[in-house]
Amino acid sequence: MIYWEIFVAFFVPGILGYGGGPASIPLVENEVVDRYGWMTVQEFSEVLALGNSLPGPIATKMAGYIGYDVGGVFGAFVGVFAAVAPSLIIMILLFGFLLKYKESPKVKRLTLYVRPVIAILLGVMAWNFFKESYVDIGFWQTGIIIVASYLLLERVKLHPAFVIIGAFIYGGLLL
Amino acid sequence: MRTHWNIFIAFFRVGMLGYGGGPGSIPLIHKEVVDKYKWMTADEFGDLLALGNTLPGPIATKLPGYVGYRVRGIWGMINAVLATIVPTVILMIVLLTSLSSVKDFDWVQGMTAAVIPVVGVMLAVLTWQFIEKAIGGMGWIKTGIMSVIIFALLQFLNVHPGIVIGVLLVFALVQKDKSKHDDGSREGDSP
Repeated sequence: MIYWEIFVAFFVPGILGYGGGPASIPLVENEVVDRYGWMTVQEFSEVLALGNSLPGPIATKMAGYIGYDVGGVFGAFVGVFAAVAPSLIIMILLFGFLLKYKESPKVKRLTLYVRPVIAILLGVMAWNFFKESYVDIGFWQTGIIIVASYLLLERVKLHPAFVIIGAFIYGGLLL
Repeated sequence: MRTHWNIFIAFFRVGMLGYGGGPGSIPLIHKEVVDKYKWMTADEFGDLLALGNTLPGPIATKLPGYVGYRVRGIWGMINAVLATIVPTVILMIVLLTSLSSVKDFDWVQGMTAAVIPVVGVMLAVLTWQFIEKAIGGMGWIKTGIMSVIIFALLQFLNVHPGIVIGVLLVFALVQKDKSKHDDGSREGDSP
């Protein structure tokens, strides 16, 4: 029944993740780490880090890799299908209907009300990653990497892939 | 056949060049669909993007899927979605499996330890973007109150996020819309 579990683990984030792929990341973590225990927080963060440094949509990369990790090639297929198909089918079926009501406050509220939930889920995840890192490599190393990567990503606007590679080099040589 | 090839190439390029997750690929999709192959006008694409954002799920597959469907029916849809995701998923699986075979070396452990705070920063930035968008849409008082309640539900009462989201969606749909007078005055203010 592993394939059923893979399906559920990516169907739920796919159908609830309002705000594009990134919004579904904490929901995926909730299923994969907390509910099914397929990965530790550490493993999940590695997958996420590598996923972020590669091109293409993040939600399907996560679904494909984790599905493969848990259930082989067919598992990857099930994961990707569960992440993609439901929302795509809704899009195709409801497009005309939604187009008619796109100015309706109800339709606009749908996305709006979900945003604080996604923000909190993402915030808690970020916090857990910092905590994990503090336990693993201590206060100073964690702090240095946080400040450096924030400056590079948000001030210098360096591409995330380069920041991740930089972190790999730093960690490989100094940790 | 030629259209199918175009669909494949268009979305293969989008998948391989779209760094920064799904949203990072939206401008690339726009370039292919509107500018290069002229499958849609800029206005139609704008509508598509707006509606795609109000629906759940990854945006980078909803857009190609719908465009593929519009251009070439069900097979166009399948073609577009596969072209977007398959190359990057394969890349991911190959890289991560080869990484885990060298996992026990010290330097690899150092690498993976150093990357955790970086991902933390990326998530924190994303958190802030979602909060900003929420404040932009409903003001900071409402956002603040909602956030506190949602935080308590998720962290202290351990409610599944799906239930919280489901309740909020129902609430968004049944809530009474503001009176026409209100909407009119707001529209009058904005230009």
